[in-house]
Amino acid sequence: MTSARDWLRTDRLPHIYCTGCGNGTVINCTLAAISGMGWERDETVFVSGIGCSSRAPGYIQTDSLHTTHGRALAFATGVKLAKPDLNVVVFTGDGDLAAIGGNHFIHACRRNVDMTVVCMNNQIYGMTGGQGSPTTPMGAQSTTTPYGSAEAAFDLAELAVAAGANYVARWTAYHVKELTKAIATGLQTPGLSFIEVMTQCPTNYGRRNKQRRVSDMIEHMRTHALLIEKKRRLESEGTPIPEGMFTVGELVRRARPAMGVRR
Amino acid sequence: MLQITEGSHAVAEIAKFCRPQVVAAYPITPQTHIVEALADMVANCELDAEYITVESEFSALSACLGASAAGSRVYSATTSQGLALMFEVCFNVAGMRQPIVMSIVNRSLGAPLSIWNDQQDSISLRDSGWLQFYAEDNQEATDLHMIAYKVAEDHDVLLPAFVCFDGFILSHTYEPVDMPSQEEVDAYLPAFTPYHRLDAKDPISMGMYATPDYYMEFRYELERAMQRSIDVIKRAGAEFAEQFGRDYSALVESYRLDDAEIAFIAMGSICGTVKDAIDEMRDAGKKVGLAKIRTYRPFPTEELTRALAGVSTVAVLDKNISLGSGGAVGTEVKAMLAGSGITVLDYIIALGGRDVRKRDIAAIVDLADKGVGDMFYGLRTEVL
Repeated sequence: MTSARDWLRTDRLPHIYCTGCGNGTVINCTLAAISGMGWERDETVFVSGIGCSSRAPGYIQTDSLHTTHGRALAFATGVKLAKPDLNVVVFTGDGDLAAIGGNHFIHACRRNVDMTVVCMNNQIYGMTGGQGSPTTPMGAQSTTTPYGSAEAAFDLAELAVAAGANYVARWTAYHVKELTKAIATGLQTPGLSFIEVMTQCPTNYGRRNKQRRVSDMIEHMRTHALLIEKKRRLESEGTPIPEGMFTVGELVRRARPAMGVRR
Repeated sequence: MLQITEGSHAVAEIAKFCRPQVVAAYPITPQTHIVEALADMVANCELDAEYITVESEFSALSACLGASAAGSRVYSATTSQGLALMFEVCFNVAGMRQPIVMSIVNRSLGAPLSIWNDQQDSISLRDSGWLQFYAEDNQEATDLHMIAYKVAEDHDVLLPAFVCFDGFILSHTYEPVDMPSQEEVDAYLPAFTPYHRLDAKDPISMGMYATPDYYMEFRYELERAMQRSIDVIKRAGAEFAEQFGRDYSALVESYRLDDAEIAFIAMGSICGTVKDAIDEMRDAGKKVGLAKIRTYRPFPTEELTRALAGVSTVAVLDKNISLGSGGAVGTEVKAMLAGSGITVLDYIIALGGRDVRKRDIAAIVDLADKGVGDMFYGLRTEVL
């Protein structure tokens, strides 16, 4: 049994993330889940695309592929199908996965390729300076939507459910225990596991959207996360769900036929 | 009006004055400041255009192609990996003869990932049918956008155009730029009159199948348009000089070439460093000059041959490499000067943001004197 720290490339620290960024929390939870799997480092590969999220494999002591923008899942599919014995974990973000890589996302879910995808959804293009992404909420400000986004946002977890992923969960960088557990379940589930993590970007999202402090953002995630079981109960009672809430929890766990599963 | 401004903002400002009706772009370093500025301008009603936030560069240029086919003046900007992703659409834009103007904020291509400057991105699209202009400084980058629209939309040309300027070195640098007013730009650049456009009342099809009986003629017409554009560029440059006093009527700018023995050939911001180095070398009695290529496509064969007539050695500075062959510009210059007796030496330089200083230019002159070239200059052999 290893610890999360054993998986870190400490010689690469300090990292480049901004003060208050949630990505470190997500990496920590992921490594904590992985260290409970009994995996060897040399049988585990991290794959990423482009963006803040995709820097993560650079800080982890395994083989990794830092690929082109949006294409992490296509590269990861190649890795997994060529060597099904490898454990494949993908780090991606909302811009990477839902915008430029949207097509790969739905098809990887449809094929149900055996890998775990951790999406750090900060609702903005962080690395390039805060442009609106496909998960920027309607009305939210960004450098390309100075008077608020006029477009509807994607619900990535629901998209993964609809497209066929075997395991789908959503948590936040506030819910570290639940998140770690969900990633662990994802790692254990054959087929594609998709874990969406709402995470704070104080530099490029919070300060433009009336969440000036990191604590404001974390408090917002805490108070706007609605447990899926509670949501279903409210819906069955006909109780209206307050605006701005997003669901967290396990959205689906199933055993559709999957690709690249170890025999 | 003379103003101190960042290169990206100068380009965004002039793009606004060119009155595009549709802007579509995707954020990518170091281009983002341009599209952020344009998003602001559209949101603040300073620019009456549709600003389309797209999900990738592929979608950006596809949306631009659609808008252009529908008869709009269109603007986009990208760099590096973004341009690589547009590769397929670039050929379609040219093939459908849509005069889109796109700023290329030059940056190297991965892997390994690099956000720093060289010119591999636009050079790699050299065969796509887009005109390619290269700017030495932010004034030239600004001015070339007006010229690019004028040339691209000319009915003798109808080809899309890249205006290339070096990422960070120009895009993030504040320089004095003489920014024209809206009225001055309007006086130079008339409203877009499409040669053909999608119109429900008079339907046409674009991009349809061309069988082997027709395809080659389409390519031939593209090449003819490229060749015709040479005169159109000269004319547009001369008109620009008349109105604004800055002369871009030459596709090649000669610098102290008259009695030069060694001539540099270069494109983009490196030309500023080369000119300064030449001044110092001239002071020391060395007969060195520069032929700056402003228009890489169409390639200015005639002008360049004329400019280099008296020199004995040409040193080409290539901020790109056509792997397996050599620098893209050097290869063309060698073909152009074959049999002329002039020695052409190629130097691959400044890839991925490696800095070039005046003493590097002087060192290359020393190498050229000895006939040493066709090499990577400035390699860190200790890490190989």
